[in-house]
Amino acid sequence: MSGDVVDQIFIRAKQWLLSWLAGAPDWIIQITSSLLNIFALLGVFLTLFALISVLERKILGRMQNRYGPNRVGPFGLFQPIADGIKMLIKEDIVPARADKIVHFLAPILIAATAILALGVIPYGRNMTPFAIDGGILFFFAVGSTTELAVFMAGWGSNNKFSMLGAMRAIAQMVSYELPLIITTLPVVMVAGALSPDVIVTAQAGYSFGFVPHWFVTTPWGAAAFVLFFVSGLVESNRTPFDVPEGESEIVAGHMTEYSGFKYATFFMAEYIGMFAISGLAVTLFLGGWHAPVRVLQFIPSYIWFFAKLSALLFVYIWLRGTLPRTRIDHIMNFAWKFMLPMAFTCIFAAAVWHYMGRGLAGWLCSLAVIGIVYIALSILLDTRKRFATRTYRFAE
Amino acid sequence: MAPNPYFFIVIFIGVALVFPLLPLALAWLWRKVFQPPKPGAQKNATYECGVESIGDAQIQFRSQYYLYAIIFLIFDVEAIFLVPFAVAFTGLPVGAFIAILVFLLLLIEGLVWAWSKGCLNWAR
Amino acid sequence: MPPFLFWIFALLMLVFGAAVVINRNPIASALNLVVSFLGLAALFMSLDAFFVGIIQVLIYAGAIMVLFLFIIMLLDLRAEKLRKINWLASAGGIAVALVLLTQILYVIGNLKAAQQTFPPLARSTIDDVRNVGLVLFGNYNLPFQIIGILVLVATIGIVLLSRHELR
Repeated sequence: MSGDVVDQIFIRAKQWLLSWLAGAPDWIIQITSSLLNIFALLGVFLTLFALISVLERKILGRMQNRYGPNRVGPFGLFQPIADGIKMLIKEDIVPARADKIVHFLAPILIAATAILALGVIPYGRNMTPFAIDGGILFFFAVGSTTELAVFMAGWGSNNKFSMLGAMRAIAQMVSYELPLIITTLPVVMVAGALSPDVIVTAQAGYSFGFVPHWFVTTPWGAAAFVLFFVSGLVESNRTPFDVPEGESEIVAGHMTEYSGFKYATFFMAEYIGMFAISGLAVTLFLGGWHAPVRVLQFIPSYIWFFAKLSALLFVYIWLRGTLPRTRIDHIMNFAWKFMLPMAFTCIFAAAVWHYMGRGLAGWLCSLAVIGIVYIALSILLDTRKRFATRTYRFAE
Repeated sequence: MAPNPYFFIVIFIGVALVFPLLPLALAWLWRKVFQPPKPGAQKNATYECGVESIGDAQIQFRSQYYLYAIIFLIFDVEAIFLVPFAVAFTGLPVGAFIAILVFLLLLIEGLVWAWSKGCLNWAR
Repeated sequence: MPPFLFWIFALLMLVFGAAVVINRNPIASALNLVVSFLGLAALFMSLDAFFVGIIQVLIYAGAIMVLFLFIIMLLDLRAEKLRKINWLASAGGIAVALVLLTQILYVIGNLKAAQQTFPPLARSTIDDVRNVGLVLFGNYNLPFQIIGILVLVATIGIVLLSRHELR
C-alpha cells in the first residue's frame, strides 16, 4: 500500500492544492486544475530539455573520444544555464528583406505545437495532463501544423538557404507522416480506442510472469515500432535524416536567419518534439508506464515511463553519433517504397494476429506475413544488381 | 477532479502560445536596457556565406515537391478513413474487415501504379 | 462550451477569412486561411464533433495547406500590384452582399426550427470515432468502397497529369 502512495503522490499533491479552493466557483477550480497540469508538464520537460542538451553533448563527446562540456559546474551540468545566458545577450538580427511578421511568428508557432503534442501522453498511472478519447489524433493534428511553422520560417526569412531547407523539410516530414500515422493504427485496432490511457491499459499483464504484454513483443508490434521510430527520427529532423538543416550544405536550413532566443526557441522545439514522439512510441509500443517484470511493479509508474523515454532518447543520441547523413532522394524513396507498404502490412498482420485468437499461432502467422512482405520488398528494392562488378586497374 | 477537456484545450493552446513569447520578451527587455540595436546595411543583409545575395529567395520550385504533396494528400485522406476502422475493429464482423482489405488493396494499387510510372523517384 | 468562446472563434474565422481575400500576397493569404481553418476546427469541437474538428486540422491545415503552398511555389505567384479601386464595382459588390445577407436573415427569421432552442446533445459514452467506424463499416460499406475507387481514380489522374506536365 505504501508503494501506491508514492505512485500517486503527484495526484495527491494536486488534489491537496485544489482542496484550498474548495469553496470557489467551478470555473476557478477548472482553470487552476488546468494550469497546474500545464505548468507541471512545462517544468518537467524544460528540465529534461536542459539535461538532455548537455547529456547529448557529453555522450557524443564520449563516442568521439573526448570529454564533452565539463567546465561549467559539476560535470558541466550548469552548461544549459550558461547557454541560456549566452542566447539572451546575443543580438537578435532580423534581415532587412525578411517578412517581419512571419519571421517573428514562426518560432512561436513551432514551439507551441511541440508543447501541445506533449499534453496527451500518459506519464504515469492517472497522470495524463490532457485525457481525451481521441488523444492520438490530437497528437497528429498538432504535429501536422509543424510543417506550416517550418514553411513560415523558411519563407519569412527570404533567404535561399532557408527556403531550400524549409521545402526539403516539409517534403520529407510529409512523406514520413503517413508511415507515422499508419503504424499507430495496428495498436489502435488491437486496443480498440484512440485514447492513450486505454492503449496503456491494454498492455497490462504478463505472460509466464515475466514477458510483458507490450505490443512490441508481438511481430506486428515490433515491426510497427521500428517503422514508427524511424518516422519519428525524420519528423524531429534528427541525424540520419537531418538533410533540411545539413550544415555542410545549406547552413542551418530554415533556421539560417534566426539568432539569439529565436534560434533557441527552434532548438527547444526540436528537442521537445523529440520527447513527444518518443513519449508516444513508449505509450504505443513499450507499455507506457507499466513495469517490464511483475516483481518490479513496486517502483512508481512515472519512473518507468521516464526510464523508457530516456532509453529511447539515448538511442537517438547514439544514432547521431554513429550514422552519416542520408541523401534526400534515398530518404524519399525509402519513405514511399519501403515504409508505406510495410506500414500497411503491419495493419494486416495485426488483423491476422487478432483473428487467430491472439495466441502463439497468431504470433507465428503475423511473423510470417511480415517476413514475406519484408523479403519481397528487399528483393524488389535491391539496387546492388544494377551495378557491374567493380574492376580495378593499377598503374604499371 | 480532471478538468473539462475542451476547457483545458483552450487554456493549453493559450499557454503554449504565450510560453515561447516570455523568453523573447525577456530578450527584448535586455536589448532595451543594455544592448541598443545597431542595425547596418551589411549586418541586416541576407546571409549567403559572404556572397552578396542576388535576386529573391521566394522563387519557383520544381514540380516534384508539388507531386509529392498531392500524393501525400490522397494517402492522408485514406489514412483518415482507416482511423475509424481501426478504432471500431474489435466490434466489427469479419465481412467489414474483408471490405477494408479491398479498400487497402485499392490504396496499394494506386501506390504501385504511381511507383511503376516513376512518380516516386525523387531524382529524375 | 461557454458562448463567449463561440464568439471568439467565429470572430477569428471571419477576420482571418477577410484577410485571405484582402491580402495581396498569395502566401500570406494561404497562411491566414490556416488560422481560419483552426477557428472552424474549434467550432466543430465545441459541437462535440471531435473527429470532424481533428480532421479539419489534420487534412486541411496539414495536408491541403502544404499542397497550396507548394502550388504557389510551383506557379511562382507574385504579390499583386495594388490596383486602383473601381468604386462602382465595389459598391455593386457590397449591394449584392447586403441583399444576400437580408435574404438569409429573412429566411432564418421565418424558419420554425430556427426559433426554438435545441435540446442539448445527448452525450455518448463511447468516443465518436468508434461510432463513426461502426456506422461507416457496418451500414455504409458500398459507399465506402465507391470512395475507395474514387480515390484510386484521383491517384491515377494525378500520376497521368503530372507525367504529362513533367515531360
